[in-house]
Amino acid sequence: MPKERKLSRREFPDSKKEGDSRIGKEEVKHLAWLARMKLSNKEIDAFSQQLSQILQYFRKIDEVDTEGIEPTYHVLDLTNVFRKDEPRTFPAEEVLRNVPEKKGRYVKAPRMG
Amino acid sequence: MDSFHSYYPLPSRLSVSDLCDAIRRGSIKAEDYMASTLDRIRRVEEKVHAFITIVEESTLLERAREIDRRVRDGKGFLGALAGIPIAVKDLICTKGLRTTCGSRILEGYIPTYNATVIERLEEQGAIILGKTNMDEFAMGSSTEFSYFGPTRNPWDLSRVPGGSSGGSAAAVAALEAPMALGSDTGGSIRCPASFCSVVGLKPTYGLVSRFGLIAYANSLEQIGPMTRTVEDCALLFSHMVGRDPLDSTSVEPPKTVFFSKKDDAMDLVGLKVGIPKEFFGEGIQESVAKTVRKALEKLESLGAQCEETTIPSIQYALPAYYIIAMSEASSNLARYDGLRYGLRVPDRGYGWNTIFAENRRLGFGPEVKRRIILGTYALSAGYFDKYYLKAQKIRTILRMEFQRAFKRFDVLAGPSMPILPFKIGEKVGNPLEMYMCDVDTVPANLTGLPALSLPCGFRNGLPVGIQFMAQAFQEGLIFRVAYALEKSLDLREEPRL
Amino acid sequence: MAMAKAKKKERMTRVMRRDEEKGKDGEPEVIIGLEVHVQLTNLKTKLFCSCSTDYRGAEPNTHVCPICMGEPGTLPVVNEGAIEDAIMVALALGSSISRRTLFSRKNYFYPDMPKNFQISQYDKAGGVPFATGGSVSIGGGKKVRIRRIQIEEDPGRLVYEGTIDSSPYILVDYNRAGLPLIEIVTEPDMESPKEARMFLQNLRSILEHLGVFDESLQGAMRCDANISIKGGKRVEIKNISSFKDVERALSFEITRQKGLLSRGLRVGMETRHWDDLRRITVSLRVKEEEQDYRYFPEPDLVPITISEGLIAKVKACMPILPSERKRLFIDKYGIPPQTAEVLVGSKALADFFEECIKLKADPLPLANWLTGDLKALLNEMEIEIWESKVTPAHMAELVSLVKDGILSGKMAKEVLKEVVATGRMPRKIVEEKGLRAIASMESLKEIVERVFSENPEAVKDALRQEKAVHFLIGQVMKATKGSADPLMANEAVRRRLQEIASSVSA
Repeated sequence: MPKERKLSRREFPDSKKEGDSRIGKEEVKHLAWLARMKLSNKEIDAFSQQLSQILQYFRKIDEVDTEGIEPTYHVLDLTNVFRKDEPRTFPAEEVLRNVPEKKGRYVKAPRMG
Repeated sequence: MDSFHSYYPLPSRLSVSDLCDAIRRGSIKAEDYMASTLDRIRRVEEKVHAFITIVEESTLLERAREIDRRVRDGKGFLGALAGIPIAVKDLICTKGLRTTCGSRILEGYIPTYNATVIERLEEQGAIILGKTNMDEFAMGSSTEFSYFGPTRNPWDLSRVPGGSSGGSAAAVAALEAPMALGSDTGGSIRCPASFCSVVGLKPTYGLVSRFGLIAYANSLEQIGPMTRTVEDCALLFSHMVGRDPLDSTSVEPPKTVFFSKKDDAMDLVGLKVGIPKEFFGEGIQESVAKTVRKALEKLESLGAQCEETTIPSIQYALPAYYIIAMSEASSNLARYDGLRYGLRVPDRGYGWNTIFAENRRLGFGPEVKRRIILGTYALSAGYFDKYYLKAQKIRTILRMEFQRAFKRFDVLAGPSMPILPFKIGEKVGNPLEMYMCDVDTVPANLTGLPALSLPCGFRNGLPVGIQFMAQAFQEGLIFRVAYALEKSLDLREEPRL
Repeated sequence: MAMAKAKKKERMTRVMRRDEEKGKDGEPEVIIGLEVHVQLTNLKTKLFCSCSTDYRGAEPNTHVCPICMGEPGTLPVVNEGAIEDAIMVALALGSSISRRTLFSRKNYFYPDMPKNFQISQYDKAGGVPFATGGSVSIGGGKKVRIRRIQIEEDPGRLVYEGTIDSSPYILVDYNRAGLPLIEIVTEPDMESPKEARMFLQNLRSILEHLGVFDESLQGAMRCDANISIKGGKRVEIKNISSFKDVERALSFEITRQKGLLSRGLRVGMETRHWDDLRRITVSLRVKEEEQDYRYFPEPDLVPITISEGLIAKVKACMPILPSERKRLFIDKYGIPPQTAEVLVGSKALADFFEECIKLKADPLPLANWLTGDLKALLNEMEIEIWESKVTPAHMAELVSLVKDGILSGKMAKEVLKEVVATGRMPRKIVEEKGLRAIASMESLKEIVERVFSENPEAVKDALRQEKAVHFLIGQVMKATKGSADPLMANEAVRRRLQEIASSVSA
């Protein structure tokens, strides 16, 4: 039985069958868009090839039987670390000094789109 | 002719603890030591390129003079590290001092706050010398992926110093600083420590506050000390630890993390050392294996019992590590969009999506982009279980295997790096080959366990490091073992620069 | 057992009610689900840093620090107050609280997000939401089910020059960024804009009663609405910032979508933005696929465990909730259930009611005044009770003036208008205007006598035809300058006519 695959995920014309971990150029572009990084065509070519190779190597973990194993998100067994609800002020001007583009006290961002 | 040698008989070769005593007694002036350090930097920095930013000379000297005033007047608090210069990896935030993370994306950014570890060390009187070079966002094992150009290995300038804390390691090795801070996400302290023949510790996760450490992979990384001796390493480390209310994942150190050479005998009688055979597995250079085995023999001569063991899942540690690190990184690095700080291209009428993508295209180097894309992939709907979740489960298995090993052994040992320092440019074109260098270091990060790299010899004039691992919070034990071996190996080589 | 039975019965009636509202093929015409974001306004600091939450009216970017600005190297630490608040909310909505929960990162880029991920909670990818289940009643026996409750941080505020789609740049104010929010996600149980409004209003009242939320603060409750109309795809409307707007936005959307469908056009999946100035929705993006938020557990925060002990502790200090208060109003003051429901629909109104009672106002007429005339007047002015000039003293006095027969109902309405407009006390207004109700039959009799003697012809006519009766009543009312109760005048005139008629026939 084939493994379940999310239907909502876009199918990429140059990506392939289950079990193959190559990343096609279209998928590299899509991932770069998700991460808001523009890539040159040269980068897309190189990454598609390099990342496929790396992913192929990552698939080594498929060999491990992880049935019934809990993930380790934290190595420390800490829980319930809280802060008291007591205000402190920080000199906001210092933070604003790093802002590349401002309008008055506002941080200026490009338009929508 | 040589001002350094004529005025100050090699003070930079003094150990930090000796230097501390000398400055407190007044027998060496902090100002003189600082001047000699600056002199050394002037003479070797051009060759090594350990620093991205060096604090202005006048400021450094004034800070040193302030220490001397306190010594002279006997007034004011004199910290345990009073007057000692420290080189800081450029991903630890220093208030008012540019922090680049080795990247162009942080262009113009000046931190508005100090990392907790900086606060602690400055309180003890340490003087920040400057910020050291590193692989961009700590992503690399050679310090070649820095926007500011590579650092060179002081032992062979044609070779890499290791990474990503290559600048810190090189600075300490080249006697440009008596001590340094690095950070270790998958070996970024131990790799350059090994390649540059310095001592470097990746602490137990949680011992050192990460507040102010620019995140690469939060659940894996720690700030750690890099020094020339084990004793210095333990000393510096003792002033870095402590629970920080600003870091939810930090803990109060138990006594077992500290080390004092006084109460520790030189012999290691009864110490059980496990040698996981996986550390000597595929890909290890014979010259490295030989040097490490010789060090292990030395350890046995001190009374330790070395025995081969196995931690089978170590073979999966590397892919699991990279999947987790890249996933966390893809999220951590999303904040660099140019709005609040850092590089910002002109809008030219474009919308924010385009401008963000453009800022990030210009600001990030190729290795960072690769890792962001892979991390984005591994977290995507439909791939999460297969990559991120699976990797986190392997982490659990690895922890269990290490726990089992520590029922039989006090420490585990093996090479820090499977290979000798390689030539600059040798691996930049092959990311996967570069990743393979971290095979012996990543298990400590996945498990959160402490690990230290100790110089253990040279091959063809190139340094080799041995790695010790122990149970969580057993830094004290690691220091004791490393200290004994260090004394017995008695390496006296210095890089010729 | 009994509880389970009652619950089952309740479910049954709900299902049956639904069926009635469904179209011919059993599908509801409109399906609405809400995601409500509520600022926990009782907290003094942001969710993950110690910046003050008291930002309203402040200059932009004054309540910020390296943490909430997402500076490199900073880490979040959870405000413990948010956890206590969330427990209270979950208990009040009857949700089941997760014993172990954690924060997750929701990854997406947007200019209002300092880190380009939001620390939130989630039910997948290793995440556990704070609480699940529960419901809010929206009157008429109907309940809206809660899917989940989670704690998360507020993004910054975006300011446009003109409209969102034409502004040449965006201005960002991070004062709001990092404010503690509770997100309440409903099941798609609402079938009209009015139901959505009722849901929000009742939810608001619950939160107000808990003391975690102050409705008087602008923009403290915002929501996104998902709406599907039969024959179309699901459309998400973002940026709805009041419960009045939710009705407007949804009504606009229904009209818009029905218009499209009636012209044979398709309604595709998309996200729209509610422009509250123009009162229209504008398209933000067309969804080709589900947004890929790449959730994963926040590595900088540790899990949270919630013990039975903590829940019990919070439960012990839970304030009175609207449902209990409604029961109290019914039992103690004899207020009809529907009126009581309206009273507790706003904590401010219910509090106001109780304040008036303390001033010895007669509960039943008072409740009618508050939920009737006063509410209508405030609605007309589009203000809330705390924004008006009316105080409990005003209303208590007005009710007693009517009770004592000094004011007729009609006059009291006029006086109330004056009170709302000027804030002067009712008795003052009565005195100044020389108003006085002719409340007793005795005093009316004299006037009726006078009108009858002045209009003998009309009296004669009135014995035969209704029209003349009305003329006489009108004359009486005129003579009293409207200060008589019309019903009473009617009765007095008819009684007198009857007397005349019986004496004639005798």
